[in-house]
Amino acid sequence: MYGDHEFPGKLFIVEGIDGSGKSTQLSLLQQWLRREGYMVFFSEWNSSPLVRETTRRGKKKQMLTPTTFSLIHATDLADRIERHIIPPLKAGAIVLADRYIYTAFARDAARGVSPRWVRELYRFAVKPTIAFYFRVPLEVSLKRILGARAGLKHYEAGMDLGLSDDIEESFKLFQGRIRDRYEGMIDEFNLTVIDATGSIEEQQNEVRSIVERELRDVPKHPLPMVEF
Amino acid sequence: MAENIADHKFEFYGEGLPDVDRGELRGRLIVIEGSDGIGRSTQVAMLKPWLESNGHAVLDTGMTRSALAGRGIKQAKAGITLGPISLTLFYATDFADRLENEMIPALRAGFIVLTDRYIYSLIARAIVRGLDADWVKSFYGLALKPDAVFYMRGDVKDLIPRVLRSPAGFDYWESGMDMHLGADLFDSFREYQTRMLSVFDSMVDTYGFEVIDATQPIDIIYRNLQRRIGQLLRAMR
Repeated sequence: MYGDHEFPGKLFIVEGIDGSGKSTQLSLLQQWLRREGYMVFFSEWNSSPLVRETTRRGKKKQMLTPTTFSLIHATDLADRIERHIIPPLKAGAIVLADRYIYTAFARDAARGVSPRWVRELYRFAVKPTIAFYFRVPLEVSLKRILGARAGLKHYEAGMDLGLSDDIEESFKLFQGRIRDRYEGMIDEFNLTVIDATGSIEEQQNEVRSIVERELRDVPKHPLPMVEF
Repeated sequence: MAENIADHKFEFYGEGLPDVDRGELRGRLIVIEGSDGIGRSTQVAMLKPWLESNGHAVLDTGMTRSALAGRGIKQAKAGITLGPISLTLFYATDFADRLENEMIPALRAGFIVLTDRYIYSLIARAIVRGLDADWVKSFYGLALKPDAVFYMRGDVKDLIPRVLRSPAGFDYWESGMDMHLGADLFDSFREYQTRMLSVFDSMVDTYGFEVIDATQPIDIIYRNLQRRIGQLLRAMR
């Protein structure tokens, strides 16, 4: 049960609907922090090697209910927190996470899981230093996603909810629901809103200046130079 | 008057599951709980054919048998790479999958669900590993309250000969070796199982366990269980 932490490291996370550009921004942030000489550790949603196979099987065979979908993603994050987030934070590193508990709160509630239950479920999670929410109008994100992708997947399109038989239509409706949930969480969790319709450079500058304010006490570990 | 089937209605421990109409669940849910190696599965294996011979359809289930998460948990435990929070949530995933996809459909169809362990073992394992009890109980609010929980109880000294009767001997996880409680499997087993027992004992009143003395001979325990389950099911004929 971590909650508010007092570890020397910092945790910055990005959230937003698919196509909001959050991953691009996080990766640019990572480049900058590395160049500045910080220890940076990157952790991605749904990437625990331990749980991955179970999640993959559940999705492929479409055997997940809203409840087990929620629980398996919580297991995944728990493994990453215990393995990839807490130890680097203790070591004084900057941990960057692409999606965090708010993704679960938004998606699971959009699937009909009790918002209270899922918030309680994730109580083990450590609180981020800053949680960025990349806010984008639905039409903009849909244009980015649907223009670029070969095919939508069953669960990401929310097909398990029976919103529509057409996968693209279902995806739009589901993303709309998720966006509504994000909007409702801004005040509840003090999310830092970034206007994701601005240029990539503008957004990155804003992100960097917000992050920079949190780094005063964070030690740098530049690559060792030749000693005289 | 015996209890009418229509009077029987399941309750959840907490908010329960979305989209489950409790009024549709016509079966019964019976839990056998107790320490590792205390003889639960032996009893389940005897009770199932007995219930079936009496005309009841039976679903038996147990931990890590879910189609979704069973294999993943076993693999992860074989690699000994799970932290306590992840382990707890992985078990919860396994449990929820079996509850939603096996137990509830069976109860809807009027089966007797006979389960080897339920949420109590899982809650106990989490508590013994230092996790917040209220947190663990909160997500198990999705569980149905069983019709009966038979807690097969024995002291740690009663468990040891049973464990050594199996060719595998002391098991890493059943000895709580992930908690670094002792110098070797035996020391750790004794300490871990002692802690587990004290958590189980503390649950007896809270969850209404019926305590069965598991140090008695197998057939005595079996007859005892038959009698109690028989009473429970009389209303279903």
